Amino acid sequence: MALRIVGLSPPSQPPRAWWWGFAALFAAFLLTMPIYFDIAVLFSVTNYLVLALLALSMSFLWGYGGMLSFGQTAFFGLGGYTYAVMALNLHETTGAMIVAIVLPMLFAAVLGYFMIYGRISDIYFSVITLVVTLILEKGIRATSGDQYVVGSVRLNGQNGIPTTPALQVPWNPKVQLEIDDVFYLAAILLVLTYVGLRLLLITRFGRILVSIRDNERRSALLGYDTRRYKLLAFVIAAGVAGLGGAMWGVWGNFVGPNMFNLGQAAQVVIWVIVGGKSTLIGPIGGTIAVQYLTDWLGTQGVGQVSLVLGIVLMVMVMLFQQGLLPSVGLIAAMARDALSGARRHRAPP
Amino acid sequence: MSDEIILETRGLEKRFGGVRAIADVSFKLRRGELRCLIGPNGAGKSTFFKMLTAQLKPTSGQILFESKEITRLEAHEIGRRGIGIKNQVPDVYDGLSVRENIWLAASVRARPTLARAKVDEVMARLELEPLADRLVGELAHGQRQWVEFGMVTAREPKVILLDEPTAGMSAEETSRTAALIREANKLATIVVVEHDMQFIRQIARTVTVFHQGAILAEDTMENIQKNQTVKDVYLGKSGRA
Repeated sequence: MALRIVGLSPPSQPPRAWWWGFAALFAAFLLTMPIYFDIAVLFSVTNYLVLALLALSMSFLWGYGGMLSFGQTAFFGLGGYTYAVMALNLHETTGAMIVAIVLPMLFAAVLGYFMIYGRISDIYFSVITLVVTLILEKGIRATSGDQYVVGSVRLNGQNGIPTTPALQVPWNPKVQLEIDDVFYLAAILLVLTYVGLRLLLITRFGRILVSIRDNERRSALLGYDTRRYKLLAFVIAAGVAGLGGAMWGVWGNFVGPNMFNLGQAAQVVIWVIVGGKSTLIGPIGGTIAVQYLTDWLGTQGVGQVSLVLGIVLMVMVMLFQQGLLPSVGLIAAMARDALSGARRHRAPP
Repeated sequence: MSDEIILETRGLEKRFGGVRAIADVSFKLRRGELRCLIGPNGAGKSTFFKMLTAQLKPTSGQILFESKEITRLEAHEIGRRGIGIKNQVPDVYDGLSVRENIWLAASVRARPTLARAKVDEVMARLELEPLADRLVGELAHGQRQWVEFGMVTAREPKVILLDEPTAGMSAEETSRTAALIREANKLATIVVVEHDMQFIRQIARTVTVFHQGAILAEDTMENIQKNQTVKDVYLGKSGRA
């Protein structure tokens, strides 16, 4: 595959000017949405934006670190539960939010240490992460009894924690964020995380991470301790997923064991595949598109939402193997090459 | 060339199941040497290289680099100590640009500004500048070999191991590679695995012959060519180039 995809420069290069323009436009579009849409739409979109954080954590790890963590939902759920439990115990949400990011990162550091320093193969990495999220799901489901209490908060097993508190304004805890405030916060966090991860890829760490994805043996022979870089990427991705989970709890005032389950875990993979893992923005679009489709199908009385989604996914994977967004770039590249006299490469000067 | 031994193996052995790929190899390399390893296919040359760089763990025996034991170190630790290798199959970053490939090699040790200067220097020496922004995966085989050679030298190793650096190259490319290797030898000790006798005559002073996982002979190229045993196992059968 030697065709250069339009708009897909190697991640190590600093973003071009148009990218900053794009990021600004994307942010501006999100932040002006409340002007055009009513609160019900904003409420749904907030959900998409929060879930997009989860997709972003996977696409960073998979697309740029070459590690398919099938169980990013482990950190998503952990973030959500940590937020709920901490906020209910402390009656304070800023600290709870921070712990909800840090705890999944610590968990990822321990789990990742054993997987990455144990040099397990890629496939086992995917399997183990999936199993971990399923174990957490089973574990949480088994906490229905009165004895399963963290501080003063009951975990409630199957039922989850439906009293997950709304976020307070950090400098004025008496004020709670309303639906449109949560929308703004989710939009800002998504844009910041997106820009942050993109800029991380041009640092020394990011460039070495991408090199490991491309050829891990070469990086090791050059003298890079590839395990350190992979572990750090895993921990960063867990932090992003944890943030997503906490925000999801804030959005719906609810956390439950379904955050960890197989369906949820598989959905993240679907978002990323549909959007295209060779970019970071693709999976954001993939999440929004797939979730919107899911919601819309639900209101159309189709009945078999999963079946329709499954067909859509199969068509996507067969027609657009790179994912939606890179495919657009690919088509543009083919069109450009066709126009410039069917030359596939510029001859070296 | 000094008399100091920079790299040494003692009784090195590698078994794959019942097969002894490398059997009791004791090998000494002096600092500044340009050594060639030859031997028929399956003689264990690549296996030997892979053990020196921890891509394979020896079954028994010792490897010493600058008089310190490195037998059990990880690949990246060996890389850091200063042994660089070009594997037989071009081992590059196909999805990244030529410049990025070299940069990744240069910045293992150097600070950012030094690394950038090093990249420019290596690209100029290998005449890779016109290809700087091309993806390595798009390049011809010979060019990819040079990119890898550039990467190996960019991190300034003390010992460079080159496994068939001229495989798939034209005669012209081969003699340029010979010149590059002689140039790199001014700064580093080099061991080359090759089949191309013409090429070996161009560069080698001492030649080590591997056969069935052991060292069969070690001498100057001239004497090796006269050696009857070597002729029998290697030159005689596979024909002279």
